[in-house]
Amino acid sequence: MENTLEMKMFQNLLTDFIEKEVRPIAAEIDEEERFPAEAVKTMGKIGLMGLPFPREYGGAGGTVSMYAYAVREIAKACATTAVALSAHVSLCCTPIYEFGTPEQKAKYLPKLCKGEWLGAFALTEPNAGTDAAGQQTIATLQEDGSWILNGSKIFITNAGYADVFIVFAMTDKSIGIKSITAFIVEKGTPGFSVGKHEKKMGIRGSSTCELVFENVHLPKEALLGQVGKGFSMAMKTLDGGRVGIASQAVGIAEGAIEETIKYVKERKQFNRPIAAFQNTQFVLASLYAKTKAARLLVEDAAAAKDAKSKELTVKAAMAKLVAAETAMEVTTKCVQLFGGYGYTREYPVERMMRDAKITEIYEGTSEVQRMVISGAIMK
Amino acid sequence: MDFSEYKNVYVFAEARDGNVQDVALQLLGKGREIADKTHSSLHAILVGYDVKKEAQKLIAAGADEVLVVDDKLLEEYVTEQYVQAVYHIVSERKPNIILVGATSIGRDLAPRLSARLRTGLTADCTKLEVEEDGSLFMTRPAFGGNLMATIVSPRHRPQMSTVRPGVMAKLPADPKRKGKVTEIKVPFDVEKMAVKVAKVVKETIKVEKIEDAKILVSVGRGVGRENLPLAKELAEVLGATLSGSRAMVDAGIIEPARQVGQTGKTVRPNVYFALGISGAIQHLAGMDESEFIVAVNKDKYAPIFKVADLGIVGDVKQVLPVLIEEVKKILATKA
Amino acid sequence: MKIICCLKQVPDTTEIKIDPVKGTLIREGVPSIMNPDDKAGLEVALRLKDKYGAEVTVLSMGPMQATEVIKEAFAMGADRGILLSDFKFAGADTLATSSAISGAVRALKDYDLLIMGRQAIDGDTAQVGPETAELLDIPQISYAKSVDFVKGEFVVERKVEDRTYTLKAKGPLVVTVLGDQVEPRYMTVEGILRAVQEKEVEIWNASQIDVDPESLGLKGSPTQVKQSFGKQLKSAGVTHDNVDAAAGAKLIADALVEKHIL
Repeated sequence: MENTLEMKMFQNLLTDFIEKEVRPIAAEIDEEERFPAEAVKTMGKIGLMGLPFPREYGGAGGTVSMYAYAVREIAKACATTAVALSAHVSLCCTPIYEFGTPEQKAKYLPKLCKGEWLGAFALTEPNAGTDAAGQQTIATLQEDGSWILNGSKIFITNAGYADVFIVFAMTDKSIGIKSITAFIVEKGTPGFSVGKHEKKMGIRGSSTCELVFENVHLPKEALLGQVGKGFSMAMKTLDGGRVGIASQAVGIAEGAIEETIKYVKERKQFNRPIAAFQNTQFVLASLYAKTKAARLLVEDAAAAKDAKSKELTVKAAMAKLVAAETAMEVTTKCVQLFGGYGYTREYPVERMMRDAKITEIYEGTSEVQRMVISGAIMK
Repeated sequence: MDFSEYKNVYVFAEARDGNVQDVALQLLGKGREIADKTHSSLHAILVGYDVKKEAQKLIAAGADEVLVVDDKLLEEYVTEQYVQAVYHIVSERKPNIILVGATSIGRDLAPRLSARLRTGLTADCTKLEVEEDGSLFMTRPAFGGNLMATIVSPRHRPQMSTVRPGVMAKLPADPKRKGKVTEIKVPFDVEKMAVKVAKVVKETIKVEKIEDAKILVSVGRGVGRENLPLAKELAEVLGATLSGSRAMVDAGIIEPARQVGQTGKTVRPNVYFALGISGAIQHLAGMDESEFIVAVNKDKYAPIFKVADLGIVGDVKQVLPVLIEEVKKILATKA
Repeated sequence: MKIICCLKQVPDTTEIKIDPVKGTLIREGVPSIMNPDDKAGLEVALRLKDKYGAEVTVLSMGPMQATEVIKEAFAMGADRGILLSDFKFAGADTLATSSAISGAVRALKDYDLLIMGRQAIDGDTAQVGPETAELLDIPQISYAKSVDFVKGEFVVERKVEDRTYTLKAKGPLVVTVLGDQVEPRYMTVEGILRAVQEKEVEIWNASQIDVDPESLGLKGSPTQVKQSFGKQLKSAGVTHDNVDAAAGAKLIADALVEKHIL
């Protein structure tokens, strides 16, 4: 990121917002499993919810690099708030921006970018996780060009509060994966219901719910992109999403290290701060270096998305794989450095460890990332 | 420079609702000292409505003369009419020194007046020293209380200062003191009075003025909401007033009028209990001139211990109950 | 409606530390910020812009680094920004500063409202607002917590120690704003990008303002700093670190008896 004054001001804006509205409630929203609705509203007001989109669509006119930077900074204080932003921007706004018709962009982007509407992405189903192509939600074409949607989705981030959903469904079971198609579905459409909030190990404030579609009637304007191109659209969208999640993972790791450094300087055992012991120093040094390496992979992937580079897919996969595994290792070892106190909810590191785990799973498990990378390098 | 025609010390005697404010008496205390050292006289300027009756109070506090401007136009403080009244007097009398209390009135009036006189003004002074020749050395805090600066006005008269309330000592009131009361009629330029008062809403919550308290029980983050009742109990058995740090005000736990510090009030009680207060510079600026400072804090490195006369490293939650019992016991034996 | 909003870039005095050996201020590494009372003043101006479409010009006086606060003001929504920067302004006390500012305001000609923060956290004087108003010969209202515009008049709520006034006056006038009574808005991402990439800060020197040059800088300052020093902190008494709560309480009670407080 070149311009220093720009980045300095951007950092000030983020710090201001995070210290005022994110950090003070991070523990609380985890404890209460509460969606950070107020913070999300502010993110809309200050332009984060549409950061990388052009101003003509209500976006801030910024870059993916800046957006990834914001996700990472927010995740340092609260992984839940970070994923609300990431899922909205990368998984809902982006596909509408990249694949939508001018009418769809004009209808949805301005409100999404301003945060007046919240977005979600619905691909995963009870029987289709890593095997994403095993979609069972069906969209049946009607004579007048409209569609009837039937099926269900699970583990959908932002679902309980979202207004706009990108939903994937098969249109012709006989062709299978090549018939997967994307649709824009609005909250409140008759037959479309959002199920209960999923109780989770981490990112407990994130609104994760199932979606149920019972004979949901979609107008033809709801079709996003072309029939049958849904799967490749989903994969392309997930490339960008992985940049967001990798940013979240790096943020979690950085936040954990910062908290740990503070703690080990204060905590005394054997008459000195535990920061004086070589074990503490060496462990933190390794964690710090690994986190920095992960961060550089993320920045590289974000830059690739900005440049519309063909290398985005493999770079995003590497960034997510390394960042997620680093976050898990960092947070686990940080809890260890805290000792007993780190295991209690009085300190944030146990939450960071619980939050880190999901980054190895959603938007493509680490196993999937390895499939993507090996696919690319062994062509 | 020849300043021979600028003589004597003038104090703006702030009054609200027809009552002279304590800061005016404090300034007269200091003004008396300055006048005596420079072999000159001390004059109080009393501006307001139905305020003439307060003149004797000012003489008892040290003034040789009280100049009274009593007019309906001056019932509520509005800048232009008050500045006109004071300007009318000082432009004619040519004081060497003018002192104004650094209250919301003083800090609005004094700079306007000083600019009208094209002279300098030093704000919020905590110390004033005068040479025999009448040159004033005005010391004040800056940089949030981190730095002290001594200011002089070498080429301009009058020398003007606003003075922080609660810092200067008033003289014991001498009702037998004799002085002159001069009523002044000011030819107000009503055209210039462009600001009109549409409404005044007075604060209904009556809070004891912490600046007047002899003993303050002051609470910080280390007390928090849960232990506030304990602190209140201590204040009650000691006959003390409750005060606190900015953090407690910001958290809505105590009222803003109870805030001690750079942006709150300056206090000089006989005893200041700093409970669970870390002692940030901005807080110390408001209380470090207290006679006897007792601090209780969990953190032995808390800066408050650098100014505390008696410091106890401990948990307020545990120390207070025992202290309250001890105090009750002692008071019972004295009864 | 045209509003001029004065801003000052100041060191963040909450971050300032004192050198424990020399007793002097350590200024390196202290971040520079927009003075909080001024930011509140800017917020008041922007609310009037939101409500009445006012044009907001921000004015600052300082070294070139102060363009940062003007850019920040742009990112919050200000329209125009001017920095008064000239060595001739240096060494100014509040009266000389007010001379410079009133000179710039005169050069800007039409304005309805001049907003400033009540005081800066470095100088802590609260004098520039009223002094500038006097030099411009316009009314002043200080300690404002809100400003509205009704039937051609500005309606200002003034909050002082024991009461709140509602005051009315026709423009142009000076209003100084209380930082702790107004919550300023955030910058926006778009605002930041535009501020840096598209908007220019106008730099004015002493010759561009309408004022008597003798009233500027050190020359135009009636007050001067004779000396400055770190605050002489009261020295420490006795701190007991290794006593239990009950013993500590007893120590306090004994001291109170000894001092005849009880």
